[in-house]
Amino acid sequence: MDTLAMGGYGAYVWSCFTLTVVVFVFNTWRTRVRHRAVYRDLEVRIKAVEEHL
Amino acid sequence: MWTYLHKLASPPHFYGLANTLIPWFAVPGYLLIAFGAFAGLFVAPPDYQQGDAFRIIYVHVPAAYLSMMAYLLMAVAGGIGLIWRMKLAHAVAAAAAPLGAAFTFLALATGSIWGRPMWGTWWEWGDPRLTSELILLFLYFGYMALRSAIDDVAKADKASAIFALVGAVNIPIIHFSVEWWSSLHQGPTLIKEGGPAMDPAMLYPLLAMIFGFTLVFGAQLLRRVRTEVLYRERRTRWVRHMILTQEGES
Repeated sequence: MDTLAMGGYGAYVWSCFTLTVVVFVFNTWRTRVRHRAVYRDLEVRIKAVEEHL
Repeated sequence: MWTYLHKLASPPHFYGLANTLIPWFAVPGYLLIAFGAFAGLFVAPPDYQQGDAFRIIYVHVPAAYLSMMAYLLMAVAGGIGLIWRMKLAHAVAAAAAPLGAAFTFLALATGSIWGRPMWGTWWEWGDPRLTSELILLFLYFGYMALRSAIDDVAKADKASAIFALVGAVNIPIIHFSVEWWSSLHQGPTLIKEGGPAMDPAMLYPLLAMIFGFTLVFGAQLLRRVRTEVLYRERRTRWVRHMILTQEGES
């Protein structure tokens, strides 16, 4: 419990570390989602053109 | 040397190479962060003035450092793209902006949370370090808005590179603001005459966090540059070939 309390600054310290985790997870998630979206869009377009040919 | 750089700047080569490099950045990066966070939270002794509140330094300083480094990278890459007309450099600049904005937000938010118990306020408008860091966040927003407002990629690259180069003047202002003007913010801890003003038990976790954040930033940047390259090269033969043969998905 002393570790969690951080000498009375627990709320400040843990909220900063939690926010950091949220930013890292968001950056990773957003990067992957954008890559997949661009890749799938190209996949659909290129395959449609190939089938048309 | 020039042949290698020329090859590196080739989009298909970079697209494959980046995919190989990502785990080499991400795995050591997350390991360093895990070590730094554990040692910073549970091993380092409390500060004699700030007590345990000083542990916020382990996320605040790496975030603030990356907020400036990402902008410098954006400006340098934009400059290279303008001078040598290197498409990959513009892709790097475009990919760095959202990551830089995220780290700037993190630096501002953790700084504000740290300021509440130490200074008695969440925010101080008259403080040069806080205000110049907030301007950095607006510069990132302006850069991204400018890019998305111009449909032509080549024109967007040129305009945003000039914007990034002009905005780079804010970086030395942020760094030296605590020396040039009176500020609530503490002075430099790591980069100062006579070496870092920290006990090794506090310093090593901080260095681990800074290197860890930088490596993870590198991994995320490489992934974003791949996406930029893929989008910009969407009409080329190598992308068509890669999509049809399913060689490049990850």
